[in-house]
Parts: sequence; structure tokens; C-alpha cells
Amino acid sequence: MEEWLYIQTEVYPALLKGFWVSLELILPSAICGLVIGILVGVLRVYGSRPVMAAANAYVALFRGIPLVVQLFIWYFGLPYIGIYLSPFTAAVLGFALCSGAYHSEYIRGALLSIKRGQMLAAQSLGFHKVQMIFSIILPQAIRLALPGCGNEIIYLIKYSSLAYMITCIELTGQGKILASNSFKYTEVFLMIGACYLVMTSVAALILGRLEDRLRLPGFEHHRI
Amino acid sequence: MPGSLIAIGDALPYLLRGSLVTLIVVIGAMGLGLVLGVPLAVGQVYGHPALRRVIAVYVWFFRGIPLLVLLFLFYFGLCTALDINLSAFAVAIVVLGLISSAYQSQIFRGAILSLPEGQFKAARALGMSDLKAISVIILPQAIRLSVPGWSNEYSILLKDSAVTYALGVAEIMARAHFVATRTYQQLPLYFAAGVIFLILTWVGTKGLRLLEEKVRIPGYSTHGL
Amino acid sequence: MMPAPILRIENISKRYGKKDVLQGASLEVNKGDLKILIGPSGAGKSTLLQCINFLVKPDEGRIWLDEQEVHYAHKRDLYAYRQKVGMIFQDFNLFDHLNALENVRIGMVKVKGMGKAEAGERAVMELERVGLGDHMQQYPAQLSGGQKQRVSIARALAMDPKVLLLDEPTSALDPELIGEVHAVIRDLGNNGMTMIMATHQIGFARSLASEIIFMEDGRILERGTPDKIFNHAENARTRGFCSKITELYGER
Repeated sequence: MEEWLYIQTEVYPALLKGFWVSLELILPSAICGLVIGILVGVLRVYGSRPVMAAANAYVALFRGIPLVVQLFIWYFGLPYIGIYLSPFTAAVLGFALCSGAYHSEYIRGALLSIKRGQMLAAQSLGFHKVQMIFSIILPQAIRLALPGCGNEIIYLIKYSSLAYMITCIELTGQGKILASNSFKYTEVFLMIGACYLVMTSVAALILGRLEDRLRLPGFEHHRI
Repeated sequence: MPGSLIAIGDALPYLLRGSLVTLIVVIGAMGLGLVLGVPLAVGQVYGHPALRRVIAVYVWFFRGIPLLVLLFLFYFGLCTALDINLSAFAVAIVVLGLISSAYQSQIFRGAILSLPEGQFKAARALGMSDLKAISVIILPQAIRLSVPGWSNEYSILLKDSAVTYALGVAEIMARAHFVATRTYQQLPLYFAAGVIFLILTWVGTKGLRLLEEKVRIPGYSTHGL
Repeated sequence: MMPAPILRIENISKRYGKKDVLQGASLEVNKGDLKILIGPSGAGKSTLLQCINFLVKPDEGRIWLDEQEVHYAHKRDLYAYRQKVGMIFQDFNLFDHLNALENVRIGMVKVKGMGKAEAGERAVMELERVGLGDHMQQYPAQLSGGQKQRVSIARALAMDPKVLLLDEPTSALDPELIGEVHAVIRDLGNNGMTMIMATHQIGFARSLASEIIFMEDGRILERGTPDKIFNHAENARTRGFCSKITELYGER
């Protein structure tokens, strides 16, 4: 009985609050990350040489350095040069830049896998470059990149928990506070884990649906 | 600028000792992930439907929950509740290893499924039992095909190991933060930590690529998995 | 007086590294002509066709369409010119993410700026013309090779080209599918379409070509009516090639 009361009055409101903060972190990060990823991916394939080199360097850096380190640089490091970000801003910035680098890998791979003939055919019809990229290349590339980018979004959901480490109190942070107060670590973290499982599973479901909707003959993926 | 260089220079030996801790965590976790991942994959491909179900739930659980939450759950929760006395360092290896086993099982599973069916048939035709066919014919090929997946897994584990700082494991990140908050040279020290991680990633993936070359069978492409 | 040629090509050359793949090819095409390029692989037939459409940029040479010189360095001129010169590829190059109807429609909508409905009607018409009225909703992956090539012809025709370039349109097809594509091309020829086509199908070339052009090593060695090329060729190489290919592909 006492347990139930504890859950109702303490756990539930705290987790709900944390859940919303998590969502507020994940959604803009996912959207900005995708936009960055598509842009950088396109630049890495079609950009001029220096642009390509810069984009490649960005990707190597942001994929090679652990996300925790990146978050620490944005939140604890930037004040060193006089820039102060809120934990929330630093987290979104860190997530978007990092996942953008990963997305760009999938976009780049997809762009490169599109046969040259597709471009020749578009050119022979009189398409100019930008038209060709937007109406022929990207629609195909996005379909090919979708499973990878989808996975990346699921990773982002999980990695959003790292915002706690730069004092942005989202779902994991709320859990930590609750658990430290009540010493019910196992119960609380199992509940938190369940919340993330729901989020990742729902996201996987939605992404799967999206893949099905965009599926065309000749673009089937064999999911492992 | 000189101040920051001095700070990095002073902290470097300390940080490098941290990279040893990081590497032990990563290698331990990879090993555990391999030892658990192979049977999980075999079970998921060839096992009884009920077993496949159980493995699928295991994989779903460890792939769906953030590392940080699992670290907290195991270290603060389960270890206390079950009265197991494990150091943060050990818990870090176990949790990363369990997560990695879930991912590695999927790498192996993909590799096994990509082998032509004829391999199994031919082994059976020679009179091998199923278990023998799997261990003598299927696994040696599947493991070769999994090396590129491993190199990916290594760099993921390396980066994830920085999260174990949350439990107080004295790896690179923890040490960089420790020095940073005392010297107020945050940016340079986090950069230094980042560079060490970049180097470790680079060295590790290079090493695994060499391994890949070494175990390669002529006519066997290990790319594109 | 002879009417001015619709397409004039002068002295087109292309080299890759040290290899001359095309050495000073010149060609005049009148309205309604069907010029057929023959020659061994590597002769430069495909490069010549791609140069005519500037899909490969020639190192030298000039091209006139309707007595207007094409300034391909000017993007706008180039795009406008390409709309008027259709290209059919050996491996079809249908847009894989679009169904047959959308493949035919997209050029009209995106390049010519036509409305979707109007372009759609025209696309239906073109697809019916090549006998694919029943396959409009199918994606490239669901079509046979012959059907794909017919869609690609419809796609080119929908742009109202003045000249159609065909780069071995049947060489990626199974033998039993060649006929359906040839029938479409024959039909186009009978309706006065101007075409330049590279092919190994000697029988087809013989029965339809207004002129046959024999190429080897990046040069045009000989040209003339089918009768001249196949029966009274002046050049020994031409005779050699023709007898070999007639043996291989037979009379048809």
C-alpha cells in the first residue's frame, strides 16, 4: 500500500516530467541531426574539394570522439572561452552535431551507391544539377539510407540519457534523484529502463512503418 | 595558450594511465561479448523456437536501454539487492560486455545467415552431426565474416566506455574531468581526452583491419556485411 | 537544293589520358534520317553518341542543331539542347524510384515545367504508343528488359526531341525481347523521327538505315547506303567486319 502511494505521489510525476524533458531533447536533436546529416552527406559527395575535406574532417572528429567528451566540451569546456550554454542547449547541440555526423555516413554511402546511369539519364533529359540531386538522386538515396538513419535515431534516444551527465535533468536524471532519495535503485532503474524500451520500440515500429510506406520494388532491404 | 599546454603536459601521464583502464574495460567487454554473443547467435539461428524467443528478448532488452541506465541498474541496484560485491570497474566490464553480446550476436547471426546453405548440407553429407557442422564448418567461416563488424563494435565500445565515468571508473574521461575541475583548464583537457580517444580508435581499427587481412580466405569478401 | 541538316557535327575528338577514343568525327543528319553506327566494341560509337549529347564533354569539335551552334559551356544552352536531343541507353537507366508513368512524366514536369495533369496525359499517350498501356504503374524492377527499354523510349519521346540517339538499345536484352524494341524503333522511323543508332543488329540496320557508318579506333572509316557497306565496301576493314558480324548475327 505504502509502495503504491510512493509510486503515485513521487515516482509517477517525476518520471513523467523527466520523460517530457527527454522528448524535448530527442525531437529537435533528431530533426537537426538529420538535416545536418543530409547536408553534410551531399557535400561529402558533390562538394568541391576543400568543402569535401572540411565535411570529412567534421565527420571523423564527431564520430571518433565519445559523445560524453563532446557534451563536456560544449557544457564545461566552452565557458573557458567565455561561451556559456545551458545544459539543455549544450545537450541538443551535442546530440545534433554528433548524430549529424553519423547520418551523413549513411547518406553518403547511399549517394555513392546510386548508379551513374541514373545521373546520365537525368542529364540527357536536360535536368540541371540541383534538379537532378533533388528529384532523382535524393529520393533514391533517402530510401537506401533510411534503415541506417533510423537506427541512428534509436541510438539517439538511448544516448539522450547522457544529458544527465551535464546536469540536464531528463528521464535518467529524475530516476537518479528518485533512487538516491528512496534507495530503491533496482525498482526505479527498471522502470526507467522500461520507459526507454518503450521509446526505442515505438520508434523502431514507426520507422519500420515508414520504411514500408516508402518501400518500392527494387529498393527492398534485407533486415538482419 | 602556454598555460593550457602546460596543463595538458602535466596531466598527460595521468591521462595515459587512464587509457590503460579504458583499454582493459573495452577488451574485457569485447571478450565477454564474444563469448556470450557466439552461442546467442547460434541459438538464435538454429535453436528451438522458445529459445529463439528468449534470446530475442535478451537482445531487445540490452539494445533498447541506455548504457547509463544499465550501469546504474547493475551497480547501485542489482549488486546491492543481490548482495554481490563488485567494483565499479568490474560492473563496467560486465554491463558493456552484456550489451556488446547483444550486438555481437546480431553480427554473427548476419554472418551465419549469409553463408550459402550448401555449406551445411555438405557437412551433413560427410556424416557430421549438426553440432559438429556448426562448430567446424559454419562458425569458422562466420567468424571471419564478422571481423569488420567487430572493428565497428570496438570503436563503439571504446566511445561508450567513457560513460563508465558516471560510476567513478578511473578511465580517460574521469581523469580529464578530475584534472580539469582542479586546474580550470577544461577545454584543453577535454580536447586532450578526445584526441586520445581518436588515437585509440584509429590504432584499434587499424589492428583489426590487419587481423581481417590475416584471416581472409582467398575469394572471400569480408566487406559489405 | 538540299535542305539544311537538322544536326551537324564537325570534327569531334575525345581522348582519355593518352588514348584517343574519338578522332575528328563529323556527321550531317537530315530530318527523318536513320543513321546507324557499326563497328567493333571500343570503336568509339558510344563515346560519339555521348559526345553528341555532351554527356561526355568532347575535347574538340562543334555541333549545330537546326543551324544553331550549341554552346555547351553555357549551362542554359546545354540544358535546352539536351531537351531536344533524346538519348536511349544500353542499360535503360530508368529512374528506379519512379514507376513507368512517373519516369515518362518527370522530365516534362521538372525540366519543361509542364503541369502534372497535362504531363500525365502525354505520358499515358507515349506509353500507349510503345505498347505499355497496361504497365504504367509498374516500377523498373517489375518490368522485363524489353519493357524497360520501351519505357525509356517513351520517356525520351515525351520531351519532343528533334533527334533521338540510341546507344545499342538492344544489346542488354535477351534475344526474344529484341523484336519488341525494334518494332518500336521501326515505327518511329516510319513516322519520320530522326535517329542515330549504334547497334550490332545487322539485319535491322540493313533493312532500315538511311546510311550506315562504320567506325573503328575512334575514326569513321566508311559510310554509305546499306547496300554499299554490306556488298561493295571499299575499305578492307569494313568488309572484314561486315562479313564477321553477318556470320555472327546472321541475316534478319
